[in-house]
Parts: sequence; C-alpha cells; structure tokens
Amino acid sequence: MATRVLIPTGALGLGYDREALERGIANRPDIIAVDGGSTDSGPSYLGRGVSKYARSSTKTEWRELMRARAQAGVPLVIGTAGTCGADSAVDWLLDITREIAAEEGMRLKVATLRSGQPAGRIKQAMAAGRIRPLGAAPEISDAILDSCSNIVALAGVEQISAALATGADVVIAGRTTDTAIIAALPIGRGDHPGAAWHGAKVGECGALATTQPNSGVIQIDFDATGFTIEPMAAAAAATPYTVSAHMLYENSDPYILYEPGGHLDVTGSDYRALDGRRVRVEGSKWVPGRYTVKLEGARVVGYQSVGLAVIRDRHYVAHAREWAADIEARVAAKIEARMGLAPGDFAVELRLIGIDATLGTLENRRDLPVEVGVLGILTCPTPEQAAEAAKILNPYLLHHPLTEDEPMPTFAFPFSPAEMQRGALYEFCLNHVMELDDPMEAFRLEVQDVGHEVGHD
Amino acid sequence: MTELGQIAQKVRSKNAGPFWLTIDIFCGSAEVFERVRKGLRDEEVARLYGVDRQLMKRFDIADLNVVKFSFPRPQVQGTRGDRDMHGAGWACLLEEMRID
Repeated sequence: MATRVLIPTGALGLGYDREALERGIANRPDIIAVDGGSTDSGPSYLGRGVSKYARSSTKTEWRELMRARAQAGVPLVIGTAGTCGADSAVDWLLDITREIAAEEGMRLKVATLRSGQPAGRIKQAMAAGRIRPLGAAPEISDAILDSCSNIVALAGVEQISAALATGADVVIAGRTTDTAIIAALPIGRGDHPGAAWHGAKVGECGALATTQPNSGVIQIDFDATGFTIEPMAAAAAATPYTVSAHMLYENSDPYILYEPGGHLDVTGSDYRALDGRRVRVEGSKWVPGRYTVKLEGARVVGYQSVGLAVIRDRHYVAHAREWAADIEARVAAKIEARMGLAPGDFAVELRLIGIDATLGTLENRRDLPVEVGVLGILTCPTPEQAAEAAKILNPYLLHHPLTEDEPMPTFAFPFSPAEMQRGALYEFCLNHVMELDDPMEAFRLEVQDVGHEVGHD
Repeated sequence: MTELGQIAQKVRSKNAGPFWLTIDIFCGSAEVFERVRKGLRDEEVARLYGVDRQLMKRFDIADLNVVKFSFPRPQVQGTRGDRDMHGAGWACLLEEMRID
C-alpha cells in the first residue's frame, strides 16, 4: 500500500515554511513525522537530559504541527524528543503537549516511547557478551556505565510501529534513529523496505536534500518498488543530485547506513527526475541482520570556568602564543600550590581566538590578526574549584607582561566579572550496540489520554 | 599548484556521530573531480588531520563528482580537548591545501 509521509522540518525548533506545510496537509499525508534532535550539539544535552531549543519555540512549532495533525486526521510522530531523547526530555515534550491540548481544547491519545536505559541492563548485557563496540568506540567499564547521568538506546521501526499500533494521535518518542520515525509506517504497510529506509535517510533533515534547505517541508511517497520525494515549498526542487548527495551528509559511509536489525545499501540505487522538482528512487536494498540497537551515554568528567580577555596591543598579538604558554604554566603551578590539586586533576588551557582556537596544533596558517581573543578554560573536579581556579587566572589575563622589564600591560575584559561558570563538562562515553531478542525489551511504551473535553473559550 | 577550495565548488566537514568526522569535497565537474582525485594523496590528507591512515576511509564518487574522507575525530566531540563541536571548521585545512 502506498504511503505518504509529510516531514515538516529537519528538527522541531528549527522552523519551516508555513505555506509549504499547508500544501503538505492539503495533499492528505498518511502520517506527519518530525525529528526532535541528534547528538550534534554535544554531550551536555544528553548528560542533563534537556533540549537545546527554547521551550517557547518548541511550543509554537509543536502547536502548529498538532493543529496540522488535527486537520489531516493522521498520526503525528516525533523522534528523539527534546534534542537528546532522554526520558526527561520525553516528559518535557509531553508537558508541552498537555498544555497545548488544554489551550486548544484538543482531546488526544498520546503514546510515549521511552528509550532510557538503566546502567544495570547495559552491564548485564556486557557480561553476557551482548554489547559490541563500533568504530573508534571508547573503552567502557561497569564504573563508567554507573557514572553516566543518562544512557539511551536508539529505537528503530519496530518500536515506532508498536507505538503507532496503539492508535495514538501523537507519538512522542525518546531517542530513535533519525530515520525510524519516517520508515516505520511504510515498512508496517508493506512498502519496499530498502526504499523506506533510503527515503527516510533522505528525508530526515527535511528539505536539506533539496535546492532550498531552509524551506523545511517535504513529502515522500513510498510504494512497493521505491520512493518519490517532492519538496512542498513552491520554489524548492529535488534533483537526482540533491537527493543522491544527501547520503553523504553526516554519514561516514555514503553507501551504507546501519539501523536496528540490518543495514541499508544504496550502491545500486537509481535516481530519476520525474520533472523539475520531483525525484524517483528505486533499487535501494535493505539487508537484514542481527537485531541490535545503538547506545549513547553521557557522564560528567569535571566542571569548568572560563575567562575571556582581548589583546589588541600589536606587540602582544605577535607574541600571543608564548605569552599564553607562560600564563598556563604559572597558573597551573599556583593551582597546585594554593589549592592543593594534583597535576592530573585539573587543566588550564588558554585558547587564542584569531590564532588557532578552531584547529589547535593542526592549524598551519601563521598570519597575524588585528586582535586576539584569549579564552581561558579551567577544568577541575568540582564547580567551586573551577571558580576558584578562574580567579587565580584572572590577574594574569588582565596584566601579565611578556618579560619582567616592560611596563605592566592591561588587556580588555568584556565583562565584570571576567570569569563565567560553565557548569559540568560532559563526555559521550558509548559508541556501542546492544543485541536484543525482542525489540521492545529495552523500551517502554505508554499511552495516555490528554486534553480537555470542552473547547477553549 | 592551486588551493583545493579555489577549484572545488564546496568543501564541507561535519560530525558523523560524536566519534567520527566526515569531509565532502564537492568538485562540481568531472574535470575538477579527476584533478582532485589524482591530486589528493591519502598520506597527505592523513598527515593534515593527524590521523592514522589505516583508519581513514576514502570514497571517490564519480556519479556525484565528490571525494569523501571519513576518519575518527581528532578529538571526540565535546571532550575537554575538542575545539569544534560540530566539526565544521576542519574543512578549512583541505580547502587551503595546495594540489597539482
């Protein structure tokens, strides 16, 4: 059975073209699927279990999608809710959903799919030989797993299909693969599995695979032999090039994509323009394999303070590296002597913005800038120590001379105080897969009725 | 000799998950693709990024006129030593690399 999936945007909170969304709804989709996150903004979001987007932006866009859903009369599914897909992020979006339903007078059946994993489950799986490292995975141990503030498993189509099978109007899923929310319904309805996964990969970033990435909204039709992608913004076009090139994006191998229960192989895919703006893709292959789900985890590895100063003096700009190295050594010595921290327990780093702050030792250009931003980063075992260490750094950032026999310099501080508490430093500590016998055994599906019976006045 | 960025349409780097970096060189034409494909030596690219050549994957994709490299991130995303959360800045090294 052919399946029409409407994808409003690459991520809820990023925005989209409203007219294009209306056009998509008028085309009578079978489901609206939107991604809510990724690891791309770093480990802090998973570590804290929070969203990177403003609650107000999320609520505004989610309200529009909930209205669109009501108009179309089809399910609305979001994957990786709240950027990281931790259980707390699912709760956050469920709260927002309840508020909107109450304000709009909507009565809804909402399914939540939770992906959070207790450390104990992963430790047991590890002991049973059911955890496997992926490329460049860090070493893990029971202690590291215990220290994670959040561990999630990435759900695939099986778990999303189970959520859809509840008959829910809205599915709020925790961490899922980016593709699963799009591929689930087509696969459940017997459309071509290779096409379902491939179309889902092309569609997961919204209109990124078209000539107008910011327009957001695309529609993908899946059937027994392939898929057809069409952007909903009037001026946007999908071309064989924009569609096939999307397999490159954020993907280490442009032909293969690993998913729970197998992998997608697009080596033999054929991309054909149907007209100036629609592309038909056939020949993609789904290769079934063992049922595994990928794991992500984040943990606190220290606390940071940062200090910022700007050097404009030409002489100091020219000698910024040696100046910074001298300060790092002096501040480290003082932290040891005055705070009693051992060398391996803390770090002092001055990054020179304008010199090599992006690339560090890989930087190979040596041009001198007009000014240099000095970002002092202090990492310590506790937040109090990080704050204290930043105060030890402060006078050096303000006044440190290159040599003893030159007048005392003063550099530009943009703020008072010059130092800022950054809070916890988190690290991703899992790049592993876990084998499952039953796809649902590591996930929790719940259904709740949400909203008022009477309309909002 | 010219800078790669001056003949290619676009050079883009991005995380492929927190542990990998992937760099796409969009050449824009078959002619530039051939020049880039021949001009870029694996060991030079590995040295540029300070990565083990054995861990570096390379894809010469004639259909797209794209040369793609993937390798473990020089610093895992978000660790204390990471300087570029999304990995986009690393493209500059290849963009400014001189090739025949």
